[in-house]
Amino acid sequence: MTAVTSDDRSEQDVERSDIEKATDRSFIWGTGILAIAVAAVLLWIAAQVATEAMPAIQTIGLDFLTRSTWDPVDDIYGILPAIYGTLISSLIAILLAVPIGLACAIVLSENFLPISIRTPLTFLIELLAAIPSVVYGLWGIYVLIPFIEPIGNWLHDNFGWFPLFSTPYQGPGMLPAGIVLAIMILPILTVIARDSLAALPTNLRWGSYGIGATRWRTIFSVLIPAAFSGIVGGIMLALGRALGETMAVTLVIGNSTDLNFSVLAPSVTISSLLASQFAEASGLQEDALFYAGLILFAITLIVNILAEIIVLRVKKY
Amino acid sequence: MPTHRKQQEEARDQHSVVDESEAVLRTENVKVTYGDTLALRDVSMDVPKNQVTALIGPSGCGKSTLLRCFNRLNDLIDGCKVEGKVFYRDKNLYSSKIDPVSVRRRIGMVFQKPNPFPKSIYDNITYGAKVNGFKGDMDELVEQSLQRAALWGEVKDKLKENGLSLSGGQQQRLCIARAIALKPEVVLMDEPCSSLDPVSTERVEDLIHELKEDYTIVIVTHNMHQATRVSDFTAFFNAEESDDGSRFGYLVEYDRTERVFEDPQEEATQKYVSGKFG
Ligand SMILES: Nc1ncnc2c1ncn2[C@@H]1O[C@H](COP(=O)(O)OP(=O)(O)O)[C@@H](O)[C@H]1O
Ligand SMILES: [Mg+2]
Repeated sequence: MTAVTSDDRSEQDVERSDIEKATDRSFIWGTGILAIAVAAVLLWIAAQVATEAMPAIQTIGLDFLTRSTWDPVDDIYGILPAIYGTLISSLIAILLAVPIGLACAIVLSENFLPISIRTPLTFLIELLAAIPSVVYGLWGIYVLIPFIEPIGNWLHDNFGWFPLFSTPYQGPGMLPAGIVLAIMILPILTVIARDSLAALPTNLRWGSYGIGATRWRTIFSVLIPAAFSGIVGGIMLALGRALGETMAVTLVIGNSTDLNFSVLAPSVTISSLLASQFAEASGLQEDALFYAGLILFAITLIVNILAEIIVLRVKKY
Repeated sequence: MPTHRKQQEEARDQHSVVDESEAVLRTENVKVTYGDTLALRDVSMDVPKNQVTALIGPSGCGKSTLLRCFNRLNDLIDGCKVEGKVFYRDKNLYSSKIDPVSVRRRIGMVFQKPNPFPKSIYDNITYGAKVNGFKGDMDELVEQSLQRAALWGEVKDKLKENGLSLSGGQQQRLCIARAIALKPEVVLMDEPCSSLDPVSTERVEDLIHELKEDYTIVIVTHNMHQATRVSDFTAFFNAEESDDGSRFGYLVEYDRTERVFEDPQEEATQKYVSGKFG
């Protein structure tokens, strides 16, 4: 009845586990190496940029961050205007994109529109992410900049005393850059916020509706707080994208290295500074551009760390 | 004894297990469909005031579906359609004049899986009261509701902590406290103990006994011992295959709990309560 003796069985085991062990081992090694390689590439790039920037770091030091002249003729370099431009253009983008993206996410995750409308809507929003950034830039130049001229003029005429609107609307500048960025980050923000809302258990919604809460109350008091960490994660990813976005911004921001607080005036971001100057740069200017790249690296790193902290501190549902 | 038996028989012939004046909820020929699938058919039953009514039956026979008809929670499910009438104190809940949101403020619900909001214990209780425009003393309401739900002693020192940090049994009692903070007339419970350990289950059952003084309770349960322990009336539902092969639920027998368990009139009930079910 028992054709298989214990000897046979152990032989079989050895044979099988040899192959298994081999695949297992190579799999562990393979994935491990790939994971380490990714981290290594990151560190290598960081180190490379830092090395290239070193002459500029030594000559200019921390003045680089606070100085607002960018003068290749006299070799004086400071990126305060670019830091300001990077932060403010991203801030404008986030301020515009968060309410719109959240509203889209709510509409797409709730069921007050029939699914036959929601599905194409989702698709269209995701399609925004497929538009190449140079196309956004050209659209910004030819459509958006003329289109928002009345708004820019109105802001300056009525709120010209306020530093942010202190110059007349000049076309290319921070405001159009911020708006273009807002549209560009809308898809990622919407999709992540929608997914985190949709992932909430039905049970949680019913708990709220079941005690007589209205739909709006449920959305704002229960669902959004419950999905908060996901939504913040989405916002931070979007912010990271806005901070580093280059092509579209370079086309619409005007690339002026003069410090100007007004969002109606031409400005510059760190990435648009790199894109617009690198081709002709040499010597200390080139090192300074690497230094600027390193600063951008640091800014995005800080944003990501902040995002992690916020997400960790909020309890996930 | 024989005359007693006869009287009971007659009472049942009139098909009024519950004295009509005592009924808080009443259904007439309720039929529920999800999209094209029939889920529940021809349910007519009265739910008596200040009593515990248990809904029992195999899974998929539409117990939760019926429970959701009592507070119009089915409205939230895409494609769900309720036909027939559901009366709450002589008002047809499904008439166009009724606002489902205000229905849910009078008829609270506790779910199968504890679902506290990701807020503090305190805010979990006050949420419903705020929704309701409650003007009284919130602290008092929180204490009262938690007392009633037999949770006060365990959480009184950590009202600011997240409701999700409690154990499963505590979370469920928090959800019960949340429901009674609304001061509803009826509390619907959908298998409230199915995810709890025996000790927590016992506490929730004790609680149901106490709550019955002030509230009318409808409880769905899988556990027949639980039905005998907590309920005064029991409705047994069964599922049947329709011609096209899909299953739908219907009410088989509804009576006082001891009659359903000790002297069921239908064979299917007999089989189910004695544990000999398919
Ligand atoms: N949200 C829903 N959408 C579609 N069908 C559902 C839904 N909820 C329940 N049903 C169907 O209705 C029937 C009854 O389900 P339910 O009321 O949950 O039964 P029970 O609570 O007795 O186990 C089942 O066939 C189930 O598949
Ligand atoms: Mg159920």
